[in-house]
Amino acid sequence: MPDNSVNAHGADHAGNTALAEHPSYLRHHFNSVEQQADATNFAMWLFLLTEVMFFGGLFTAYLIYRNWFYQAFVAGSHQLNVIWGTTNTVVLILSSFTMAMGVWCAETRRKNGLVLCLTLTFILGLAFLGIKTIEYREKIEMHHVPGFHYSLQSFLDPESNPEVFKEYHDKPLAPDMARHTELYFSLYFLMTGMHALHMIIGIGILAFMIIRARAGAYTSGHVTFVENFGLYWHFVDIIWIYLFALLYLISRH
Amino acid sequence: MSTNTIVSLPDQSTARIPKDNFLTRENGLLSWLLTGDHKRIAILYLISISFFFFIGGALAGLIRLELLTPQTDLMATDTYNKVFTMHGIIMIFFFLVPSVPATLGNFFIPMMIGAKDLALPKVNLLSWYLYIAGGILALVTMATGGVDTGWTFTTPLSTHYVNTNVLTTGLAVFIAGFSSILTGLNFIVTIHKMRAPGMTWFRMPLFIWSHYAASILMVLATPVVAIAIVLVALERTIGIGVFDPTKGGDPLLFQHLFWFYSHPAVYIMILPGMGVISEVISTFSRKRVFGYTAVAFSSVAIAVFGFFVWAHHMFIMGISNYSVLVFSLLTMLVAVPSAIKIFNWTFTLYKGSITFETPMIYAFGFMGLFTIGGMTGVFLGSSGTDIHLTETYFIVAHFHFVMVGGMLMAFLSGIHFWWPKITGRMYPEKISQMAAVVTFIGFNLTFFPQFILGALGMPRRYASYPPEFQILNVFSTAGATILGVGYLLPVLYLIWSLKYGAIAGSNPWQATGLEWQTQSPPLTENFAVMPIMDHEAYDYEWLEKQQQAQKKTEVTSAG
Repeated sequence: MPDNSVNAHGADHAGNTALAEHPSYLRHHFNSVEQQADATNFAMWLFLLTEVMFFGGLFTAYLIYRNWFYQAFVAGSHQLNVIWGTTNTVVLILSSFTMAMGVWCAETRRKNGLVLCLTLTFILGLAFLGIKTIEYREKIEMHHVPGFHYSLQSFLDPESNPEVFKEYHDKPLAPDMARHTELYFSLYFLMTGMHALHMIIGIGILAFMIIRARAGAYTSGHVTFVENFGLYWHFVDIIWIYLFALLYLISRH
Repeated sequence: MSTNTIVSLPDQSTARIPKDNFLTRENGLLSWLLTGDHKRIAILYLISISFFFFIGGALAGLIRLELLTPQTDLMATDTYNKVFTMHGIIMIFFFLVPSVPATLGNFFIPMMIGAKDLALPKVNLLSWYLYIAGGILALVTMATGGVDTGWTFTTPLSTHYVNTNVLTTGLAVFIAGFSSILTGLNFIVTIHKMRAPGMTWFRMPLFIWSHYAASILMVLATPVVAIAIVLVALERTIGIGVFDPTKGGDPLLFQHLFWFYSHPAVYIMILPGMGVISEVISTFSRKRVFGYTAVAFSSVAIAVFGFFVWAHHMFIMGISNYSVLVFSLLTMLVAVPSAIKIFNWTFTLYKGSITFETPMIYAFGFMGLFTIGGMTGVFLGSSGTDIHLTETYFIVAHFHFVMVGGMLMAFLSGIHFWWPKITGRMYPEKISQMAAVVTFIGFNLTFFPQFILGALGMPRRYASYPPEFQILNVFSTAGATILGVGYLLPVLYLIWSLKYGAIAGSNPWQATGLEWQTQSPPLTENFAVMPIMDHEAYDYEWLEKQQQAQKKTEVTSAG
């Protein structure tokens, strides 16, 4: 609700007296609400650009090594669980939808709607991490974690893993090539792990936002924070879609 | 020299420092540590950066002392490795990268474009805290054993062979990198969204343009070194194999990721300094910077080209001959915008009314030394010469000419130039002119012999050398001593001037920038009334008219 703190700072800024509206959330160094929203929004896009460069380093490493050790990367990719991967993609896209609805609720000042949407996003985010944990557990059981008793058995003798063999009929890799599957799994854990870290940070911020939204924040006209978080969430979602395509799908024929 | 000056100070018997300014508005340590004011954060940065500069300088002193004699007598060879590594890390990540942007940029970008603050004051403060956290971690690392990989963290040395604090140093650099990203991001947003009415892109001072270009580099390049450091840390701890040839990884990938940041980083270090020089040269020759648009775009061009030359650090590391050819050619291209700047500054001087105040002396130092540094860069960019000269003292001399002779001169020039604005008081002119000359002499004596040493084949990063190189090394060490005096002097007289300096008034240099059209030290909100930019940058006629109008009103009001 626009409250009586309007013009709280107006008096001591000579340059601003012409402004009709000077709500409490307008920080002193901005001239108008639009300028403030514009600036923070632009800052968020720039921040996402730095994230693109950060992940860019990993994508570069992935593309180079995939090119060099193609067979190892295909065989490694076959060990991933596409069903869980697809489920997770659906979960994340759904969460992006609920997040977008949340931003809409904030803009149209629907407090209950906003709390509901944020909570749903929060739950979907947790669901994603839960499924990722199941996948990681599978990898640990198969000794596919680089640096921790990494085992080449599934690549030297594909038939030892009947479920995967049934689907792909992989030929055994030469020992020299099989060794490079470790590189595939290194990149798999790095990229999905870095993505999961971003999810965890996002979920933390979501929890904070839910508490604030219940107290009535974001639905009284100042929606920049929700909007910017929405951008972050969609960005993390997009990163996953690339990861899903590059790690799970690209080697299925 | 002394008769010819543009300095115009208010009548010292009546002049007072304005009672209400950003330094006096609030008191107490907490009002500094929790401030959102870009000017106070700039001062926090200035103090902490100077602190790290003198630590890095002390390490440099130790290096020069060891190299006084051909034998390893002052310290053991592995200690020497740690000393030059920490010298590099502290000077690059904790001094050069934040030097001008985080102090002068932080202070003056909002003022020059007529804003009250940077767009994100809290983020600005956060970036200082990140810088301090990274810096303290680096110092702790140094105290608990140090690191000896060289500042480049070269794999597989850093991942497999050394037993020193690679992880904590890497973390320190990682944190400092975030500080740099946030500073750059803040600058870009501010320059885009916070300009005063009438402040179009081509009315901005060139200081702003060069910071804009440097900020783009900070935002786009720094995340790449962050991921490279993460990969080194994981390679070292759990052996992920990305850089390990025994597992199929390639150490060259590390070089690519590292230099993709670290080459643009040298432009992060030099571009803001070039911005300072543009302001100083224009002010002390009373002329608009010649070819304003060309100088503005040359900053952007340096930033853009800067992204496509990184592999020239890798000519001897086994990249393909075609890569060498392409990167060598692209490297030569960077010389073009750099030369545009030097030529345009020279043309600005031509037929200008030049005066030789301290900032100008430093600026002349910059132009000469940067030109030598830049030209030797072209030698190194051509692959044939590079193969002979790389990993020798020629490289050391080259980048010290650009970084110390260039950026440090620009930093000192800027500090003297804006000191009256920051503190409201003048520095003592005579002794500071002397310090500038001492610095210039000391610098040349230190680093010029190193070009010769490098061409003769003395390799870098060794604690000992063949006796025939001693004479030049003695010159170099002697120069370093003079240079040390040159750097200590400003600290002393600048602190002295805080209390005893002449009161500067709002515009002692008769400069045109918006920052000079308000009181010194400025108000917390910078301007009493929001400025409107109705003229071009460096318009001295506008300034003259403005001052005449002011005099008239004074006369009429007195009458």
